[in-house]
Amino acid sequence: MRFDLDEQQRAFQQMVADYLETECPKARALEAHDRAGADLAIWEALMELGLGGIMVPEEQGGLGLGLLDLAIIAEPIGRFAAPGPFFDHALATLAIILAGSEEQKARWLPDMATGKLRGTVALAEEKGVWTAENWTLDGEARISGAKNHVLHPEGAGLLVVGLKGGRLGVVAGDAEGLAVEMLPSTDGGRQIGRVTFSEAAIELLPRAEGARLVDAGLILLAADAFGGASACVTMAVDYAREREQFGKPIGSFQAVKHQLADMALMVEPSVGLYWYAAHAFDTDPSSARVAARLAKSHITEVYPKVARRMIEAHGGIGYTWEYGAHVWLKRALFDQAYLGMPQAHRARVADLLEW
Amino acid sequence: MDLQFGPEHESFRAEVRDFLGANWRRGTDVAEFRAKGVAAGYLYRNIPKRFGGSEQPADILRARIIAEEFARAKAPVEVKGNGVQMLVPTLLERGEAWQQERFIAKTLTGEYKWAQGYSEPGSGSDLASLRTRGELKDGQWVINGQKVWTSYARECHYMFALIRTEPDAPKHQGISYLLLDLNQPGIDIRPMKQINGGNDFNEVFFDNAVTPENWIVGKRGEGWNVSKSLLKHERNMLGGVDRSEALFNSLLKLARRTTMGGEPAIKAMWVRDRLAALKAELEAQRYSSNIQMTRELAGEGGGVLQMMNKLAQSNYAAAIAEAANILIEDESLISPMDNPRPGNERWVNQYMNSLAAAIAGGTSNIQRNIIADRVLGLPRDGAGA
Ligand SMILES: Cc1cc2nc3c(=O)[nH]c(=O)nc-3n(C[C@H](O)[C@H](O)[C@H](O)COP(=O)(O)OP(=O)(O)OC[C@H]3O[C@@H](n4cnc5c(N)ncnc54)[C@H](O)[C@@H]3O)c2cc1C
Repeated sequence: MRFDLDEQQRAFQQMVADYLETECPKARALEAHDRAGADLAIWEALMELGLGGIMVPEEQGGLGLGLLDLAIIAEPIGRFAAPGPFFDHALATLAIILAGSEEQKARWLPDMATGKLRGTVALAEEKGVWTAENWTLDGEARISGAKNHVLHPEGAGLLVVGLKGGRLGVVAGDAEGLAVEMLPSTDGGRQIGRVTFSEAAIELLPRAEGARLVDAGLILLAADAFGGASACVTMAVDYAREREQFGKPIGSFQAVKHQLADMALMVEPSVGLYWYAAHAFDTDPSSARVAARLAKSHITEVYPKVARRMIEAHGGIGYTWEYGAHVWLKRALFDQAYLGMPQAHRARVADLLEW
Repeated sequence: MDLQFGPEHESFRAEVRDFLGANWRRGTDVAEFRAKGVAAGYLYRNIPKRFGGSEQPADILRARIIAEEFARAKAPVEVKGNGVQMLVPTLLERGEAWQQERFIAKTLTGEYKWAQGYSEPGSGSDLASLRTRGELKDGQWVINGQKVWTSYARECHYMFALIRTEPDAPKHQGISYLLLDLNQPGIDIRPMKQINGGNDFNEVFFDNAVTPENWIVGKRGEGWNVSKSLLKHERNMLGGVDRSEALFNSLLKLARRTTMGGEPAIKAMWVRDRLAALKAELEAQRYSSNIQMTRELAGEGGGVLQMMNKLAQSNYAAAIAEAANILIEDESLISPMDNPRPGNERWVNQYMNSLAAAIAGGTSNIQRNIIADRVLGLPRDGAGA
């Protein structure tokens, strides 16, 4: 048994982390919260590093690797709270990989691998309902209806739309009958819009892989959340070493030490949850359904808690916008809510395990 | 144990209701209404008439009834803010006659607004380490240094500040409590944005700012104790379930009207469980406050329980925030900031605010230190109680 990343995976993850450490320091992550509109620059740079092609088959110019390889990259992206469409583009790309015909793959994937063609996913309909079984939009060639919480819809080249029966279809970003209303998003690093289709042309993907696509999304969010939560531990620890009150570093007060130790305990052991889920997704799809939900519900529930504690450990400066600690709290709220709350996923786990 | 208000208090309640019925409706001029409230003996009860108060004998039960009835009628009570809540009690306790005359009445009407200039970049929990200094030169204090997180400073006329005037004295004995006019060239106020997008707090820079020699409350070097003297007046801290109750009621309303995963949220077993648990905690706070009130009336003081109020309330706000965040589900993806028609995502704001409650006015850890040191009597380590 070997429950760990291999050398290559570690090196790959480290490369991305090193890159983001210089290109996306805290001030850069905060910038996305201060500006209106999508912040694509870091995503574009990541695409240039080849991260768009991780799961894309070699025939279409990708690396042909698995979800585990993608998820371990989502982790540093979460750690540095890198703004932009990494998650949505990755899911749209994966939708084509999972559900597209050979012809569709050949048409879209080479440009999606390089980022020349940017995709996003349109899944949510009713409040709190994200599961593929509950999608209601339908149509063979045209669709009408609305999708909520679509990420970075403005300027996207294509939208992968979740349809009735867990099917997926593609609507071109410039299709007629497609209207986008941008909303203020809590996580300024991920812009959200509501998309309305009025008899918009849609091209169906032949395989109904919606449910599996959602599984992958859950795992990627769990990985992002793990990275973000561990960043919160690091930030709190670093601050506690540095900040002095009563003539000593606040980290020398045992109360603070224990709080930081508890935070580390909440976060560090959970890495295996997302690794296992991603590995299962690649090797044993049926067990991935449960594993993805355990990972997403556990890690994204821990993340906001740890982010709050990190802000509390900073005192007044943590509550100050310019300092930027809130970027992680807001990303935590996003990771927790997107694709459904922990409660919904746990209920599903109990069903899937036939309890 | 007798949990009823007596007949005397019930007839007082009827009197307050009659007053409100006759004098308050939406749209009534608030200043005029407050003046009537003072004349009737309902507002500013512990403040002498000559300063604009109603100078009533201390009666916590009556104060409670007034609070309840005014809240029920949605009528305005006393002006809120640092001036009324912090400065006025301090002046009553420690101020000179001319200071009381000059500042109290106009603070009570809201004409004078006050900022609290305590925290500095290097001095938050360890407030007594503060470094903004004041030197007496030619009959006035000359002040240099910086305050931070100063709430509402831009909207305030004055500040009460802790300033180091005796640099050679031990840290707690070198501080004076000074009053300053914020509108002067030596003071630069820069707004800071909060994580909820609000702009309420500020940095305040003092570059040879001045204030008259006699704008000091208490003597030189007594500022630390002067700033603590209001603790004795924090009777309003006793009846503090209003906020918790308002939060609980809004949460319950949210649970009643929202759906989760397509089903009515209020019907979900765990939602019912969580709400009932929060209800129990609310009632515990209410009874704790009643116990404090009873003991205060008996002259025993709110004591131990009183020192737990702040932490109990900020923990409660955080528990409500967590529950609401679960109930609103993906509506938390949308920000209430820059949002022309916020719906349930308003709760994202409360989620952030509940963190402010755990930091401002003494962090939760400092509250824990106070409980550990003063309530539980544990050996002190000299840090933060
Ligand atoms: C919304 C808001 C409004 C505010 N308004 C005002 C205002 O109007 N006027 C004003 O003067 N100030 C104001 N403040 C400042 C507030 O009083 C301080 O932020 C607070 O006292 C904490 O100080 P600090 O920020 O320096 O944190 P620090 O004291 O640096 O604390 C950092 C962390 O260390 C912990 N810690 C520190 N010492 C100990 C210890 N001995 N044991 C265990 N843990 C410890 C703290 O609990 C905290 O978690 C405001 C703050 C906020 C958030």
